[in-house]
Amino acid sequence: MENKKENYDKKNQANNSIVGPWKIAWGRFKKNKTAMFGAILFIVIVLAVIFVPIFSRFGLNDFILDQKELPPSAEYWLGTDEQGRDVFTRLFLGGRTSIIVGVIAAGFTVLIGATIGGIAGYYGGYVDNILMRFAEIVYSIPFTPTVITVSGALMWVNSKYKMYLVMFLIGILSWPGLARMVRGQILSLREQEFMQATEILGLSTRSRIVRHLLPNTYAYIIVSATLGMAGAILTEASLSYLGLGVTPPTPTWGNMIERARNSNVFRNMQWLWVPPGVMIMLTVLSINLLGEGLRDAFDPKEIR
Amino acid sequence: MIPVMLVISMVIFLIMELMPGDPVQAYLGVGSGVSVEQQQALKEQLGLDGNRVERYLNWLGRTVRGDFGKSILQKAPVADIIGTSVWNTFLLNIVGMFFSFAIAIPVGIKSAVNKYSHFDNFWTIFSLVGVSMPSFFFAMILIFFVGIPLGLPLTLMRDPMMVVRGYPSLWAEIVDVGRHMIMPLIVLVISSLASLTRYVRNSVLEVINQDYIRTARSKGLSEKTVIYKHAFRNALLPIVTLLGSYIPALFGGSLILETIFKWPGIGNTLHSAIFKQDTSLVMAINIFYAMLMLAGNLLADISYALVDPRVKVS
Repeated sequence: MENKKENYDKKNQANNSIVGPWKIAWGRFKKNKTAMFGAILFIVIVLAVIFVPIFSRFGLNDFILDQKELPPSAEYWLGTDEQGRDVFTRLFLGGRTSIIVGVIAAGFTVLIGATIGGIAGYYGGYVDNILMRFAEIVYSIPFTPTVITVSGALMWVNSKYKMYLVMFLIGILSWPGLARMVRGQILSLREQEFMQATEILGLSTRSRIVRHLLPNTYAYIIVSATLGMAGAILTEASLSYLGLGVTPPTPTWGNMIERARNSNVFRNMQWLWVPPGVMIMLTVLSINLLGEGLRDAFDPKEIR
Repeated sequence: MIPVMLVISMVIFLIMELMPGDPVQAYLGVGSGVSVEQQQALKEQLGLDGNRVERYLNWLGRTVRGDFGKSILQKAPVADIIGTSVWNTFLLNIVGMFFSFAIAIPVGIKSAVNKYSHFDNFWTIFSLVGVSMPSFFFAMILIFFVGIPLGLPLTLMRDPMMVVRGYPSLWAEIVDVGRHMIMPLIVLVISSLASLTRYVRNSVLEVINQDYIRTARSKGLSEKTVIYKHAFRNALLPIVTLLGSYIPALFGGSLILETIFKWPGIGNTLHSAIFKQDTSLVMAINIFYAMLMLAGNLLADISYALVDPRVKVS
């Protein structure tokens, strides 16, 4: 495995062509079968989530009242639920919410983490001290109990906005890890020669941070955003399963499984709770494979 | 640590202020026919009068003195409710942690020593799937395919009939609790193994390529001595620090399990207290979790210094 990587790098050097770091990473990523599998699986899931509800014969709120609780059949591929809705369509509609929550929560985490880490690392001194103290405090807040308590306290929030609340909560509690990492990177980067060059060129502070320092941390940011997304999808699922996340009528994979708290559904109607569980697993698995593949591609030194 | 705790207490207090409903009404029940004056008196007694800052300081003062107030719905002192449920959670988590580490350490070492063997590949796939599977879904699958067919107890910690009648002996009690523990324990151990085996493997791998391991081998030491005495001791460093941060994570993770298996622990108590809007109980449990988190971090620092002589406690 490692030999292959070395060969690849050597081949590139032998060709004597200039290959950028992104291209090298992509070359490594392409060769990593499990990572490619993860990437393709994730793309398939995203496409299915987008297109299946569009082409489905059933809508979000199509209650077919004389067709309740039917097991899977040719007409209803995954059966129908207690209100006569097609489970197959709902599965992908639910996936939309789950994946959107994951993407935005991870994006939000990156935005806060990279900004705070970038500022702390660049300015150092007391700015760094205050920001990192703040990060430490947020880091010391126990994640699961706090998320559960806050969504419980805000149970009166309309179902429509619950989704945003969950994203916000995940984002606001999970940035410190990334901020620390970005800060550490920037602390060492800013001492390097190319930063002296930017100073000599008289570039503005903003341009120095955004255009010259942060791009050097993109690899780390992308990896942690991907893995963070997997975590956010799992968190949303657990919260919705506990009845404290996104609430019906908005479907998500988590609140579809929540039905199985009813023991009749759990014992006799597996088509209602097994498919969403499997979908969560496949989605998170694909993202994790993708994320680990990206990490290996960006940082071949890491032993695996 | 104290400033961190102060900030967290403020956050917890503010969260609870967002909760709707009047706790006094919840305490009295609907249509209690209690006069407004009496309600006001009760409000003062429960420390719910005054403005936000006053209430915060009031609550903080009582909390610091160890007075967590009364559970509004269970009508028992919060400290007592937490006291019993914390032990149930500890029991489940300590046993779970013991099995997780007892399995993960040998598995991790073996995976690292025989890198890319079938054994290693099996555990790689195991941990990938394990990390990607929501624990509650795994619990449900396990209940469906193992718990129900084998007739294992699926909820609670003790057989209610036995509790009413009283246990004939201590041994009978241990057996009963043990039987109830099997299902949550399997889920807990398997889901923590997923990340733990990887962690041990990677920290052993990092050590195994060091020069001193080569020296140990070239001295002619047996492979067993090299791995367990020279490699593992050094790999222990990151594992021990993990232990500290692992405790709060474990408690957070078991929160969801407790609600599935109705294990009478702190997580389950928090979950039901949230739904019943039992404010003082929710606040006290959150304080407990925050303290646990800080204790875990402190433990990690101390154990780091204990294991690594290069680190000095300042």
